[in-house]
Amino acid sequence: MTTHSMTTTPLLTVEHLTMRFGGLVAVNDVSFAANNGEITAIIGPNGAGKTTLFNCITGFYTPTVGRLTLRHSDGKEFLLERMPGYRISQKASVARTFQNIRLFGGMSVLENLIVAQHNKLIRASGFSIAGLLGLPSYTKTEREAVDLAKYWLDRVRLLEFADWEAGNLPYGAQRRLEIARAMCTEPVMLCLDEPAAGLNPRESGELADLLTYIRDAHKIGVLLIEHDMSVVMSISDHVVVLDYGRKISDGDPAFVKNDPAVIRAYLGEEEDEELPVEIKADLPEVAKRAEEGA
Amino acid sequence: MTAISMSSPRAIAWPAILKEAAMTAFVALLLTIPLVGLRTVDRPTGLGLETRWNEVAAAVGLVFLGRLGLCLIREGHAVTVLVLAAAATAAGFFIAMPTEALRVILIAGGAVIAIRAILAIRTGRSKLSQAERDKRMDHIAAQVQHASRWLGPIAVVVALAFPFTPLADRQLLDIGILLLTYVMLGWGLNIVVGLAGLLDLGYVAFYAVGAYSYALLAHYFGFSFWVCLPLAGFLAAMSGVLLGFPVLRLRGDYFAIVTLGFGEIIRIILINWYQFTGGPNGISGIPRPSFFGLADFTRTPAEGTAAFHEMFGLEFSPLHRIIFLYYLILALALVVNLFTMRVRKLPLGRAWEALREDDIACASLGINRTNMKLAAFAIAAMFGGFAGSFFATRQGFISPESFTFIESAIILAIVVLGGMGSQIGVVVAAFLVIGLPEAFRELADYRMLAFGMGMVLIMLWRPRGLLAHRDPTILLHGRPKGGSGGPAAGTAAAGGQGIAGGSAK
Repeated sequence: MTTHSMTTTPLLTVEHLTMRFGGLVAVNDVSFAANNGEITAIIGPNGAGKTTLFNCITGFYTPTVGRLTLRHSDGKEFLLERMPGYRISQKASVARTFQNIRLFGGMSVLENLIVAQHNKLIRASGFSIAGLLGLPSYTKTEREAVDLAKYWLDRVRLLEFADWEAGNLPYGAQRRLEIARAMCTEPVMLCLDEPAAGLNPRESGELADLLTYIRDAHKIGVLLIEHDMSVVMSISDHVVVLDYGRKISDGDPAFVKNDPAVIRAYLGEEEDEELPVEIKADLPEVAKRAEEGA
Repeated sequence: MTAISMSSPRAIAWPAILKEAAMTAFVALLLTIPLVGLRTVDRPTGLGLETRWNEVAAAVGLVFLGRLGLCLIREGHAVTVLVLAAAATAAGFFIAMPTEALRVILIAGGAVIAIRAILAIRTGRSKLSQAERDKRMDHIAAQVQHASRWLGPIAVVVALAFPFTPLADRQLLDIGILLLTYVMLGWGLNIVVGLAGLLDLGYVAFYAVGAYSYALLAHYFGFSFWVCLPLAGFLAAMSGVLLGFPVLRLRGDYFAIVTLGFGEIIRIILINWYQFTGGPNGISGIPRPSFFGLADFTRTPAEGTAAFHEMFGLEFSPLHRIIFLYYLILALALVVNLFTMRVRKLPLGRAWEALREDDIACASLGINRTNMKLAAFAIAAMFGGFAGSFFATRQGFISPESFTFIESAIILAIVVLGGMGSQIGVVVAAFLVIGLPEAFRELADYRMLAFGMGMVLIMLWRPRGLLAHRDPTILLHGRPKGGSGGPAAGTAAAGGQGIAGGSAK
């Protein structure tokens, strides 16, 4: 383990996170930290538990074991594993996108971004009472919300499509819109689940630019699951590698790239060395049982 | 391709066409024997069977002719078929038929085939593809949606002026009140089903809670209608919250089944709590509404109350009360409509629509889904409660009979048929579902058959509802000029659950 993130107080600390689904251990005792103003990439082969880890952080799953601490710059601390799903976005300001895009397809692009600012707006609308009466305080907040939406639409180059139905946008634009929508919640940490999946190389390049912009201009932490190594290695400040639910490496991109454990996980090794000791010990017994069964 | 040239009709392949028509007629025969041909009648000796072979023969004959017409259109003889179909329609109108049913089938069938023939002549094709039909209907829906800007106010003015036209007799006013009640219920349910995307099969429960709240409060405490109206709304909203808490964690079909159960529970409680609700006998003598507590609509009011006709110096007429009820339900319905139109532009309404589109994404944006859904449920229930207490005061008598599942189904049918989320669609569908059966009272025997057939046709032709079209609630660049490349021109707001059995997602 490296001491990469021990110098400053990290934004997110994951300690001994374990997630079991019945007998399946999807995430096994993973600990790492993600810093503010950095892009932390989580990589690993398929089924390594990356998305499960994400779902634990963003409250879609309650972890079996472990502690997830999020610290705001003003010193407030949130224990994410104890918060119900929607509160993690509402109070702790963690936003996320999804591996399979989840936009509000029947609503317009602009509406998608306005819905993202729901909590701010519903308070301004006096839980709809002031809004129904058409009081000016709500109108003002709504105008601000539209301005924020316009800012992000401009950033993801979707301004001219603002009135389009989100479901009618091309795939790449939908990916960008989802990021814009997450940013409209004004998060302190943005979690992106494979944002470059299905993008062509040019679009991936633009995505990398967008993410570095978000990190540098807005000084927030970005947590990134990605398979596209060109994106990961070019923009990440810190890479965590998972395999079979365990963390196998943690450090800066250069370190991880040359870590033998990572190379083994990605490229494989000779067959019998791949099997963990305990499974090897079980092998004769399994063979015997199979024989009896037959 | 089925494209054909109109100028040179091919030689007709009579054997093939006759065979096809005969096959269709055979299928019709199989269906009509049990549906139309046999009828159970109560005889003193027990249940007996009555046969109606004439109707079966007529139906099969008409199906045969109709299919023949369709085949001929396909073969390029659209003009001939058009003339014949129009003649059949006219015959239905002017020539006496042995039964009323036969007449309607002749008129409707002739009209449908004539429309097909006209389409064939205009487009040069016998049939439009599903996509083309969708596009056309979407276009119409969008046009209607945009037209409703000025169509809405006109409709309201017409509705306001209606009681003063010479047309307005007792019967038409009653139908108007009935229609408006269903429009109001449809708009209320539209909040839950159309906006929030929750398939509620037990909406009638809230209608019942509202009706019984007023009836019981008036019966036991003598409260007047104007005191009970808000109370009924409040109690119905509370029952909505009560139901909402346990079931909102369910999704899709499971949610629908629980609401269905809730509707039945309310009805069964009303039947069985004999001492309190009067059980199946219902509650009679529910007080009529007064003129805002100022005057009564009776010829000789009780001591201390004024009479409406004396107050305004009019001659007494029993119609006054009917007209007042008509305006009352019109006002209540418009309140629901106004609320929905406004709330769609507020965070609450947008959150509902977002929940309908994708509720997991909503959670990731920090939207408290439970509260939003509860709000939708409570508000819709409140409007149902208002409508219920109006129903009670109009009827003067209520019993659990009035709140059966079929009522829920009709209200839901109005919402789905009109196009989920479409306000004007609800009005159109209410006219179709409530107005048409009222207009064809003589065909009461075939009502459910026609209702089912209509539903099947709508599901085949327009699974998302007649006027399903959604305009964005906020625009950045203003309304687009003209068609191509316009925003949101394509797919309408098909609910994520695919309630309409359509091709959602």
